[in-house]
Amino acid sequence: MAPLARRVLAAARALTTPLLPEDFVSVWRPLRSRRAPGARVVDVRRETADATTLLLRSGTRLPAHRPGQFVGLGVQVDGVWTWRSYSITSRPGDPLLAVTVTAVPGGLVSTRLAHQTRPGTLVRISEPSGEFLLPAATPEKLLFVTAGSGITPVMGMLRTLAARNPAALDGAVHVHSDRTAADVVFGPELRTLAARTGMRLVERHTATQGRVCPDALTDLVPDWTARHTWACGPADMLDDLTDHWERVGDPSALHVERFRPPTWDDATGTGGRVTFATSGITADAGEGEPLMAAGEAAGALLPAGCRMGICHTCVGPLRSGAVRDLLTGDTHDTAGQPVRTCVSAPLGDVTIDL
Amino acid sequence: MRTTTGVADAHLTEEQVDALGAELDAIRASVVDSLGEADAHYIRTVVRVQRGLEAGGRTLLLFSRVPAAWVAGTAALSVAKILENMELGHNILHGQWDWMRDPDIHSTTWEWDHASPSQMWKRSHNYEHHTFTNVRGKDRDLGYAIMRVTPEQPWHPAYLLQPIYNIGLSAFFEWAIAIYDIEFDRVQEGTKSWDDAKAEMKTIWRKARTQLAKDYVLFPLLSGRGAVSTLTANAAAALVRNVWSHAVIFCGHFPDGVETFDEARLENESRGQWYIRQLLGSANLTGGPLFHIMTGNLSHQIEHHLFPDVPSNRYAEIAPQVQDVCRRYGLPYSAGSLPRQYATVLRRLARLAFPGGHKRYGGSPAPVRRLRPRTGVRLPAVARRAA
Repeated sequence: MAPLARRVLAAARALTTPLLPEDFVSVWRPLRSRRAPGARVVDVRRETADATTLLLRSGTRLPAHRPGQFVGLGVQVDGVWTWRSYSITSRPGDPLLAVTVTAVPGGLVSTRLAHQTRPGTLVRISEPSGEFLLPAATPEKLLFVTAGSGITPVMGMLRTLAARNPAALDGAVHVHSDRTAADVVFGPELRTLAARTGMRLVERHTATQGRVCPDALTDLVPDWTARHTWACGPADMLDDLTDHWERVGDPSALHVERFRPPTWDDATGTGGRVTFATSGITADAGEGEPLMAAGEAAGALLPAGCRMGICHTCVGPLRSGAVRDLLTGDTHDTAGQPVRTCVSAPLGDVTIDL
Repeated sequence: MRTTTGVADAHLTEEQVDALGAELDAIRASVVDSLGEADAHYIRTVVRVQRGLEAGGRTLLLFSRVPAAWVAGTAALSVAKILENMELGHNILHGQWDWMRDPDIHSTTWEWDHASPSQMWKRSHNYEHHTFTNVRGKDRDLGYAIMRVTPEQPWHPAYLLQPIYNIGLSAFFEWAIAIYDIEFDRVQEGTKSWDDAKAEMKTIWRKARTQLAKDYVLFPLLSGRGAVSTLTANAAAALVRNVWSHAVIFCGHFPDGVETFDEARLENESRGQWYIRQLLGSANLTGGPLFHIMTGNLSHQIEHHLFPDVPSNRYAEIAPQVQDVCRRYGLPYSAGSLPRQYATVLRRLARLAFPGGHKRYGGSPAPVRRLRPRTGVRLPAVARRAA
């Protein structure tokens, strides 16, 4: 920053202390809060009966992302800021950030976002993150396997490749499953994109044709072992693919994105009282309830990212007590050990340095 | 078995105390369950109004040489400072709005326009005062370590001057609170080290000097030739805020009708007994909705002490329910207008400047408003004690 600008800012701070200038600015320009970057929904596009694309204009600099990454979206539900992660479907550098939200049955936040969002709604956005990425040098032979709303991170990749490196899609294969042709999110665009770039699009409508099991997939794509594969969809589909690649393929050539927290039936916590040492807030966690969920319900402000054990934004050191990692089933009870609060449930009373 | 009782709750059995605790818990739960969009809108509106008044007032005061601008600017800034300290600062720092998970309005991120840094104040206020409310020797807010507010406090000749230094305390209340938080009395009695006190003084000074610079150097300088009148305006606004908050806060715990407690009361104190101590140790102020907002809803001191982390905009709707509980259990519920309550506070400070003092100043509650024993009591009948 130029010395003059810095001096002006310092003067503005001296005049607004103990607040910051942006605390005043954000009253009239709510997107300008630096503590919580905001965005405005400028357009809402209905993709299918339960999927909606939200186009967001960021209040400050548009956060940089790479195709395949997700962004945290904060929305107010009954006065409470509630966060969910969604894959970015726009391309890096696009003026608007696009996320496509599918209403999950029983999902309070996704249902409201998909069905009740009006243009003009204010949301908050976090830094994009995620490791479901194409390498810098695009591999020659690509295979995408997606199902349902699993199309979203891959759509970000396809749109970017089609604009910047369409040759990479020539000869690529995309196997996508959904219930019917009408349920396919981005269906028309995918078909056009395939025709234009030479990508082979295999649409599988599970209502009539059944699910694509790994054997069927290898029949559809005989040279699958020669390809780098990106897969996103329901957990059991990804489990099947991972097993298959581990048994007969090259596991390092398979990249998967799980965007729903796995079910936690077999590994659970006992519940207990969680103390967050920084704020002094205490929360009672139910059986199998992660530290983050319990803390947020009690009003704690905790670092949070993907909320599914991927991004490690939420990690904090354990001070005392024991937790079970719901993803791995491991127990952590060493003081100072960093744990992911979004997927760790207390085993009795716990204090964490957050 | 109960070990100790206050004066006004001596007639209650252990079961009744537990039942009362459960009733108050239920009131709290019903409010917490219903928090939502309207409450979030309320606090954001107060934030907007407060910042608008502050920005508007300070802008007007850039032209403070014009008498009308001085008056309007000072008025706007006074209201802004009062809202900032009371309805916003005090309540947000209690965690009343943490449920919104909004990092802009949260007890862990909020800093206020007060000499005392919010973290330091939270400890002395939220923990010590709200936990040990009105327990002599434990709640330092009982007289703020420099005043004799109940006859049980031993008399000292220095108290002869308390009606006079109360005026100074009122004018410089914000500074008095900051100094009070350093706990020089504990340094003196040897329970706190000088190094700790010095470190805290440094922390306070680091914050206070930026506050002082803003009000008494920077904004006056920006006003050019109106520097002196802007300085007087800012000082006047700070004075109004201090005098107002001092009056409201003193009326919360020191008017007639409020009980203080012996340390023994804390032993094995049950949830219900804790509630009763908060009830008997606090007094409300009566007035309209705007008055309540300007007191930061500390006019609902009783409800605030029962439920310190329930959003302040809900105290008014809880108050009749709490009064009803008090009526049914035969407990006093002290309330009165600000002038009336403040008069009893001043009279008490004057009387207790001298040795001795009537039971009224801390014994059984005297005037109780809006409380008539009701017939057809649902709960186990309770014998009302003559006041």
